[in-house]
Amino acid sequence: MAVSRRRTEGLTDKPFHYCPGCTHGIIHRLVAEALVELGVLGLAVGICPVGCAVFAYDYFNCDMIQAAHGRAPAVATGVKRVLPDRVVFTYQGDGDLAAIGTAEIIHAASRGENITVIFVNNAVFGMTGGQMAPTTLLGQKTTTTPFGRRVADAGFPLRVAEMLAAVEGPAYIARVAVSSPKNILRAKRAVRRAFEIQLQGLGFALVEVLSTCPTNWGLSPPEAMRWLEEKMIPVFPLGEFKVPEEEEQC
Amino acid sequence: MARVMAVTGNEAVAEAFRQINPDVCAAYPITPQTELMQRFAAFAANGKVDTEIILVESEHSAMSACIGAATAGGRVATATCGPGLALMWEMLFVASGMRLPIVMAVVNRSLSAPINIHCDHADAMGARDSGWVQLWSENAQEAYDNTIQAFRIAEHVDVRLPALVCMDGFIIGHSITRIEFLEDELVKGFTGEYTPLNPLLDIDNPKSFGPLVLTDQYHEYKYAQHEVMWTKVRDVVLGVAAEFEKVSGRRYGLFESYRLDDAEIALVILNSAAGTAKDVVDSFRERGVKAGLLKPRLFRPFPYAEVAQALGGLKAVAVLDRADSFGGYGPVFTEVCSALYPLAKRPAVINKIYGLGGRDFLPQHAERVLKELEEIAQTGRVSVIKEYIGVRE
Repeated sequence: MAVSRRRTEGLTDKPFHYCPGCTHGIIHRLVAEALVELGVLGLAVGICPVGCAVFAYDYFNCDMIQAAHGRAPAVATGVKRVLPDRVVFTYQGDGDLAAIGTAEIIHAASRGENITVIFVNNAVFGMTGGQMAPTTLLGQKTTTTPFGRRVADAGFPLRVAEMLAAVEGPAYIARVAVSSPKNILRAKRAVRRAFEIQLQGLGFALVEVLSTCPTNWGLSPPEAMRWLEEKMIPVFPLGEFKVPEEEEQC
Repeated sequence: MARVMAVTGNEAVAEAFRQINPDVCAAYPITPQTELMQRFAAFAANGKVDTEIILVESEHSAMSACIGAATAGGRVATATCGPGLALMWEMLFVASGMRLPIVMAVVNRSLSAPINIHCDHADAMGARDSGWVQLWSENAQEAYDNTIQAFRIAEHVDVRLPALVCMDGFIIGHSITRIEFLEDELVKGFTGEYTPLNPLLDIDNPKSFGPLVLTDQYHEYKYAQHEVMWTKVRDVVLGVAAEFEKVSGRRYGLFESYRLDDAEIALVILNSAAGTAKDVVDSFRERGVKAGLLKPRLFRPFPYAEVAQALGGLKAVAVLDRADSFGGYGPVFTEVCSALYPLAKRPAVINKIYGLGGRDFLPQHAERVLKELEEIAQTGRVSVIKEYIGVRE
């Protein structure tokens, strides 16, 4: 029998540890496929976060560094400065990038570091068990906001893509979701674009990927997909927030 | 009447925080501490406490917010562990330098790299020199009792320093054990109303905290911290412990002496592993070996004279450290040696490093060390001063 589809070479054979219905697996695959399709898997260096994706070094079939919580963009900066001809990416969740690592991501973006950032936003701290993150929606119940996030004591959800698009440094900022086949294909194009930007030396590229966390949202996987589309996307609209200047002109 | 419950160490400390009802808690989730502040956040959400919970973006900000709240005159508590405590490091010195009586639970966790979420004491030992009072707890009961006492110690007018209360991550933090909770009114009565010493917004007496002090006076500020740690804290800890015994029936000192009175050999060991080691000491006693154990409770300030008195008459002592100072000896070992050095006649002392990153400390580890001590006691010869135990080949 002929083999028509194979697992991408960009991933190892190790089974994911992620919970049922979690979309980290899809996003890992999109990143891995982009590296393979662009022919740069052998040049790639990935930086893992702290959080659910801490074990990403087991899954991506390239050299990986596990960084301290939130520090991946700074570590990536160091790697890229020493190895400018390699493809350097970070893979970070919202508890990592949008909370403890806010300073690092803003300044890596502001410096226009020629790195690619995959930012997985599931509106909650996943690994530690569902605490409120800066990206948690208003009214969303978490273990530290059991009656829902309230503006009065916990403020508003942080929109990272919009925030970074307002900084001069970045070349490419997009937000995608992996909630449907159509959205997954769009996400794949954005991830690939973010690596192309780096290969062209255009500078900092970030793709925010809206992701599910059925376990900590207390929803079944299908319900979680619907919740992402119905609740998250209105707060975190999809689209490209910044593209390289020459593309803007044409 | 005490309430007897089965809870985790994290729940036990969260319950102490609930009973004390601090004004502000600023915290950030980190394994294995998360459960503690999460349970406390639930108390706040359910209206069981009036505490202002601040869910900040990092531990550096958590301690900064605690410092702000404490300077404003609030009673402040927080919790963290491992890399979270490491990220707070800069702010730890600010809290103690400003003499702010913040109480923090530390659910001991190892430090990266490699990343590891399990227990060792590298976190709190890294904070050793930060000017915080340190209390260590063998089990959930001690963590609960120490937390309640920590507020009284930290806030005592002779002290006015931040205090941290350690318990072993996962081993104690996540394990469910029997605990006796004191009644709410009793705890509230014991800790009392908090009176800030020099709060902000006292309009008639305006204040500034933390202004620039250079060569003219900085040395004197540090001398003041030294003086209070060196001369005041021990007495306050003992005074608070005596009062606590009256309300709880549970006795605490600067350290626990276990079968030490007539001992010839002894282990010195912190936190949960002391529980395991005590069983082994018992089995040696049954064989007629005069073994004992010393479990430090107050690690900062370190009670040198009292430890010297407790251990000075022994023949051989092994200090077991769940943290290393690479290129040096374990942190508890250096303290015990410093305590014993002024004595004319002192025991031989060896150092074992155990249990890093959550490696199990087993009875046979304690057995092996006690046997080595028996031999040293007989021969007077030490072959290796510092050694790792439980290392896989």
